[in-house]
Amino acid sequence: MAVEQPVPTSAATPGDQTRIHNIGYRNYDGPRLGRSYATRSLYSQSLRGAYGLGRSVKSKVLPMLLFVVMCVPAAIMVAVAVATKAKDLPVDYTRYAIIMQAVISLYVASQAPQSVSRDLRFKTVPLYFSRPIETADYVRAKYAALASAMFVLTAAPLIVLYVGALLAKLDFADQTKGFAQGLVSVALLSLLFAGIGLVIASVTPRRGFGIAAVIAVLTISYGAVSTLQAIADAQNSTGAIPWIGLFSPVTLIDGVQSAFLGASSAFPGAVGPTNGEGVVYVLVVLGLIAACYGLLMRRYQKVGL
Amino acid sequence: MIATESLSKRFPRVTALDRLSVDVGPGVTGLVGANGAGKSTMIKILLGLSPASEGRAEVLGLDVATKGAAIRERVGYMPEHDCLPPDVSATEFVVHMARMSGLPPTAARERTADTLRHVGLYEERYRPIGGYSTGMKQRVKLAQALVHDPQLVFLDEPTNGLDPVGRDEMLALIRRIYTDFGISVLVTSHLLGELERTCDHVVVIDGGKLLRSSSTTDFTQTTTTIAIEVTDTDEHPDGTRVMREALHARGVSVEAGSGLPGAGHILLLTAQGEETYDLVRDVVADLGLGLVRMEQRRHHISEVFTTEDEQRKEAAVHGS
Repeated sequence: MAVEQPVPTSAATPGDQTRIHNIGYRNYDGPRLGRSYATRSLYSQSLRGAYGLGRSVKSKVLPMLLFVVMCVPAAIMVAVAVATKAKDLPVDYTRYAIIMQAVISLYVASQAPQSVSRDLRFKTVPLYFSRPIETADYVRAKYAALASAMFVLTAAPLIVLYVGALLAKLDFADQTKGFAQGLVSVALLSLLFAGIGLVIASVTPRRGFGIAAVIAVLTISYGAVSTLQAIADAQNSTGAIPWIGLFSPVTLIDGVQSAFLGASSAFPGAVGPTNGEGVVYVLVVLGLIAACYGLLMRRYQKVGL
Repeated sequence: MIATESLSKRFPRVTALDRLSVDVGPGVTGLVGANGAGKSTMIKILLGLSPASEGRAEVLGLDVATKGAAIRERVGYMPEHDCLPPDVSATEFVVHMARMSGLPPTAARERTADTLRHVGLYEERYRPIGGYSTGMKQRVKLAQALVHDPQLVFLDEPTNGLDPVGRDEMLALIRRIYTDFGISVLVTSHLLGELERTCDHVVVIDGGKLLRSSSTTDFTQTTTTIAIEVTDTDEHPDGTRVMREALHARGVSVEAGSGLPGAGHILLLTAQGEETYDLVRDVVADLGLGLVRMEQRRHHISEVFTTEDEQRKEAAVHGS
């Protein structure tokens, strides 16, 4: 009977562990792909995560729903344009994102915290930084992933519009130009919104706070700016309108695209910034994106281990 | 494996490490110190994540100041605190961490399955981590530190929060990391007792200073304490007192075990060798007392510190 007993391996390894021992440990001598590969993996994981892929069913609901909500109006517009044989789409490519800004804000508010607050809250960050990647790699991967996710969200309806416009046999050159301008505009918007969202979310490990704070910053700034612009318009001080517009992300994008991307402005009186003022807009947008990146770097330098 | 040379780390208010020079070879090495002794700071420096204020350190022959990324590719780290997201499964999490260490996707999946099995996680690895017990979480934390087959692994307080059985299992696992997997281990703890059993070598630090660095066999020899408890008889109504006096008469210094439950009845003496046990037996027999217990005491780290602390305090008094 006693002969049947498994050979004791090392100190105190009863039952199961003896079996493990028999399977044996294999060393890994395959390739180690290093920093840039790890950064790319983090990027793709975060990008998928921004749509709930590779996560629970529950976390897929909101991003997917918002994606559908973003695209449905575009599909309806296309259907209407095709059916009525209209000469132009009911909405410019550049205007679409401005009209749908509530959906975009909601998306960034829900996904920026899930991207960074989780790692902070569950203290996963030290595990990343005990591996080859550096602070900058982590920040870049997270920023790029959220910006890409937002670009997917904002560019998809433009593609629907563009394909629809071509099906409706609208002027090809005209539509392509508008589509390209729209893409540049939403790319800037994605970078700006993602940056703002991540900076706010990276300050708090609490996801709820992050969501509320991002929504507050985006909507309150827009509300305040558009109210002030309306007041300025009512008092006929139209010169002040473009300058006020510098203080909210949505109006910033609006200003840039009406100055340089042939968009009609959503500002009161439909008067966008002039070219000179437009340069200021572009500089402010680029400055804000750089500032967000810088703030994230500073934040994660502190988090460390 | 690890070599530090007058390594210091000063923060504005505290000195976490003070001219620490240690040499750690392959095997399981325990880094022992009370909370705040500088254990975690040392690991951070060794991972190349926090620059030392002074001195230098090498891990696997690589300078921590310049070769941090290369070190982190070959070293695993298990933090002291919780670090697991509750909403993903152990498999998904460890695969992701393997890729973060540079393993290609297929290798990451294979290594994850292997490693989780080696640390003792089976079917539950497909369930979200949120539902795991503390012991299982510790195993996942260990798995993510081992998944890329490092040459050296830093384990920061791996037995924290585990029950006695869980502790023993974890310690056995740590032992196997070196004996079976061939991965050297630096494990921190504030309990010297549990490291005595697991480690080949123990480094004790306190207040950022090196107190002692020696192999575990030296350690146990110099610090064995025996606790004895005897019964009272009609002849000797206070057996403990009689016992103490009798031992004193034979030249053995005895202290009362203080601060422990039933401490009044427990006598502590330092074992000089086998003959001490014989002496105790003979004394008990001569007095006709009953011997309730005679056992080796597990040392709490504070016992190692006491003498050193006292010396230092004395030195400080003399200095001022």
